[in-house]
Amino acid sequence: MKRSPKDTEESVRRISRRGLFLGGSMLAFMGVLGTRMRQLQIEEADEFRLLAEENRINMRLIAPPRGVIYDRHGVPIAENAQNYRIIIVREDAGDVDDVVERLRSLVHLDEVDLERNLRELSRRSPFVPVTLADRLSWEDFTKVAVNAPALPGITPDVGLSRHYPMGGDFAHVVGYVGPVSDYDLERTPDPDPLLQIPKFQIGKVGVETRLEEELRGKAGTRRIEINAAGRVMRELGRDEGVPGADIQLTVDHALQNFLQTRMDGESAAAVVMDVRTGDLLALGSAPAFDPNKFVRGISGPDYRELMENIYRPLANKTVQGAYPPGSTFKMITALAGLEAGVIGPNETVYCPGFLSLGGRRFHCWRRGGHGQVDLDKSLVQSCDVYYYEVARRCGIDKIAEVANRFGLGIRHDLPMSAVTEGLIPSTEWKRNVRGETWRPGDSLNASIGQGYVLTSPLQLAVMTARLATGRDVVPRLIKSVNGVDVPVEEAPLLDVNQTHLQMVQRAMYRVSNAQGGTAGRSRIVADGMELAGKTGTSQVRNITAAERARGVIGNDDLPWERRDHALFVCYAPHDAPRYAVSVVVEHGGGGSTAAAPVARDIMLFALYGGLPPIDAYPADQRERMRTYLEALPLRERQQPGPARSRA
Amino acid sequence: MSYLEYNVKTIPTGWRKIFYVNWALVLLLVAVACVGFLMLYSVAGGNLGRWAEPQMERFVLGFVAMFTVAMVPIWFWRNMATLLYGISILLLLYVEFFGTVGMGAQRWIDLGFMRLQPSEVTKITLVMILAAYYDWLDVKKVSRPLWVAIPLLVILLPTALVLQQPDLGTAILLVAGGGIVMFVAGVSWWYFGAVIAAGAGIVAAVFSSRGTSWQLLKDYQFRRIDTFLDPAQDPLGAGYHITQSKIALGSGGFTGRGFMQGTQSRLNFLPEKHTDFIFTTLAEEFGFIGAISLLALYGLILLFCVLSALQNTDRFGSLLTLGIAATFFLFFAVNMAMVMGLMPVVGVPLPLVSYGGSAMLVLMVAFGLVQSAHIHRPRSR
Repeated sequence: MKRSPKDTEESVRRISRRGLFLGGSMLAFMGVLGTRMRQLQIEEADEFRLLAEENRINMRLIAPPRGVIYDRHGVPIAENAQNYRIIIVREDAGDVDDVVERLRSLVHLDEVDLERNLRELSRRSPFVPVTLADRLSWEDFTKVAVNAPALPGITPDVGLSRHYPMGGDFAHVVGYVGPVSDYDLERTPDPDPLLQIPKFQIGKVGVETRLEEELRGKAGTRRIEINAAGRVMRELGRDEGVPGADIQLTVDHALQNFLQTRMDGESAAAVVMDVRTGDLLALGSAPAFDPNKFVRGISGPDYRELMENIYRPLANKTVQGAYPPGSTFKMITALAGLEAGVIGPNETVYCPGFLSLGGRRFHCWRRGGHGQVDLDKSLVQSCDVYYYEVARRCGIDKIAEVANRFGLGIRHDLPMSAVTEGLIPSTEWKRNVRGETWRPGDSLNASIGQGYVLTSPLQLAVMTARLATGRDVVPRLIKSVNGVDVPVEEAPLLDVNQTHLQMVQRAMYRVSNAQGGTAGRSRIVADGMELAGKTGTSQVRNITAAERARGVIGNDDLPWERRDHALFVCYAPHDAPRYAVSVVVEHGGGGSTAAAPVARDIMLFALYGGLPPIDAYPADQRERMRTYLEALPLRERQQPGPARSRA
Repeated sequence: MSYLEYNVKTIPTGWRKIFYVNWALVLLLVAVACVGFLMLYSVAGGNLGRWAEPQMERFVLGFVAMFTVAMVPIWFWRNMATLLYGISILLLLYVEFFGTVGMGAQRWIDLGFMRLQPSEVTKITLVMILAAYYDWLDVKKVSRPLWVAIPLLVILLPTALVLQQPDLGTAILLVAGGGIVMFVAGVSWWYFGAVIAAGAGIVAAVFSSRGTSWQLLKDYQFRRIDTFLDPAQDPLGAGYHITQSKIALGSGGFTGRGFMQGTQSRLNFLPEKHTDFIFTTLAEEFGFIGAISLLALYGLILLFCVLSALQNTDRFGSLLTLGIAATFFLFFAVNMAMVMGLMPVVGVPLPLVSYGGSAMLVLMVAFGLVQSAHIHRPRSR
């Protein structure tokens, strides 16, 4: 191919033009580079020289103090205690082994900890400070401080470490913190630089982890000069960061302590809720454990002991535990039947001790039957057949719908770990999850809170609060953040017929106070403080045909893990409700004997804001209760005070 | 223009070619390389054998390669351009599958005496094939879409392979270098305007999307951009190197601390102090005078290249010379801008100074091509 000379000339000229433009642009950018050099090396040279002069500049992160967690009265539940520790910087220490040897001759160091820390030290960059020992006594700490010149690379340091002054009381609610693990780092896509600080503590369980972001705060930085020996010469600048937010919970530390003490020795859970605001005043789960052990790093044997305990101390039974609610579910079935119009408010059902359905007999707990039973009697004496009949007529889906309205089968949004949704079965649930069709017998089991139905103690307390007020009360755990109150509004009215609700409330009052009520023994006699409640005893085993043939076996003859769960839900005062309480005693036997007394004691403590006057108990129980309450190892003991105002 | 069109008689032949070499350029290259030896000696703490000596050996090797390439007529190189480009693509594919994993990226082929980085080679072969392409193409067609699309593909193919490694710095250099050759060859301003406008549009869209429901980047990606814009936000991460680098540079002041007297750059604050961050040592020890002198040396190299290109009426020769000059410029401009905190940290060495075999050898060969174009340029007499 031959090009005309003109073409070539034109192209050469164009290349020249563009080439000149290119050259000019490059020159201009070099001008920028030159200007920048001038700026750095002439205009700002003094400042940089100052930074560099015989010193090195170093940036260190300042861990912000973690937010303190308070109870509703401002008493700290989780606080930051001073922690005396020894920090080592590898590149400054020179011969690490030698320095450690010298340190060991000075103070006692835990061998296991030390080995772990030395491994950590060898893994990190030489200039990263690593904690060599912590939780030193003041004497040891001062010994190290005095001898610092002989210990290159060693710095005595006061850090903050999480401390839970209430011991095990809030172990389940508040949880605990622990050092960041590799697993924690993997979980976060872009980890906060703070997490890179060795042994930085983050929430592992409960409120501590669910509110981690608020509690942690933002890292500050410290620009420091260090001379050739590695000693900090001075601080050039400091950005304090943002301390973690202080969080006030709705819980009451004294009440919580009472719950934990009262339930000691059992595997049990109890929830106290303010029915008007939804404030959770106490969430007790027994047995508890000491969260401070986890902060320090729990020892193998201690941990194994917690894991192997059949009472499952690590589980927060109040929100994680899902139990068949047993007869405490009957209020829901009753309201569903009334609302569906399948049973009249005064209609009676005959209870011969069983109900036959599809060739199978569904037994009432009372073999001989209750005779003619209306709504009131069905709750007061806890007749099962009445509810079988209601469920047979209205079907499970109506019951499930009412149960959801009362907060069952719903995950309440609370900042605790593993809050369970429980289970309220429906025909759709069984089809989708189990792939089976719903059988009428399933409805009968569900109507008395057995079969597939599972609820947590928290959900039972919410249900009770909603029954007591007829309002859509929502539980809450956070009262204020950094001194700013989380607003509470009056809960809207629930979509239920108030007349029906009043009938149920009256029956619940009679459960505790009427002749023949299942919880009569656990009534409150103080004027205006009377309970309204419902007992529940839920089976955890299937009664085999062989067992039935042999006759009823007493609970006491069974091994612990096959005994019935004991439940009790209540609110008080019955005519102007303030608190709702739910209690579940795992494998405790009957609800009226194992759960109701616990619930009553808790309710009285809540109502009186401390130990109640002894005349709140029925006359024949006062002597026994006095000795019992006096023997309870409460943390602080107040004189029985006057009842709180009922406003 | 085929080689038959060259007025062969006016072009020097045999040993006489030696007199037509652009000796000023050769001297400038040697001067810059010597600066490199000095700095490598200093960074190694007065140890000659650690980095300075191997670097010298490579420079000698590169020097010989430069003269060998320079003696070969330029039309031969033009005819080889496509083949060399093809070979470099194959090498890139080879490292993609068999390369040695170094520094987290697959970049090398181990040749025994040195490690070859095909991405370095590609920087030159890309410029060569583009220059050859525009030499062949009818000038009138230069701005037609189809004839613009072809060089774009030629640029994007190796870029994609390099990004795969991943080596963002080299990818940027390839795109910028190729784009400059297209620009100089006369592709219409409109194309460049459109690309710049589209780029600005994308950046604006990404930033305005922040915090809205249609956010285009993840939150942590925005935080990385924040860190670049304000390194103080992340003083122990990416911002740390820039802060340390600026302290080292700034503390050099006007006259510097003197040879081997630098403290900051030697204290292990900086990674790769003998490669990407070597400029900080120079600036600290020789101050503003030393830094600006190196910049001036680089500027003179560019000046001689541009002058040579402007004298040259052979399209291939002048495009090649300008393209190589531009690539050389991108090397040191990006490196210096990065070290001085004007650009994010991307791994680009300081040409002829940073320790590294491939870059040194490839640059010397490139300047061999510049010399060849200079010697064998058409003369009107």
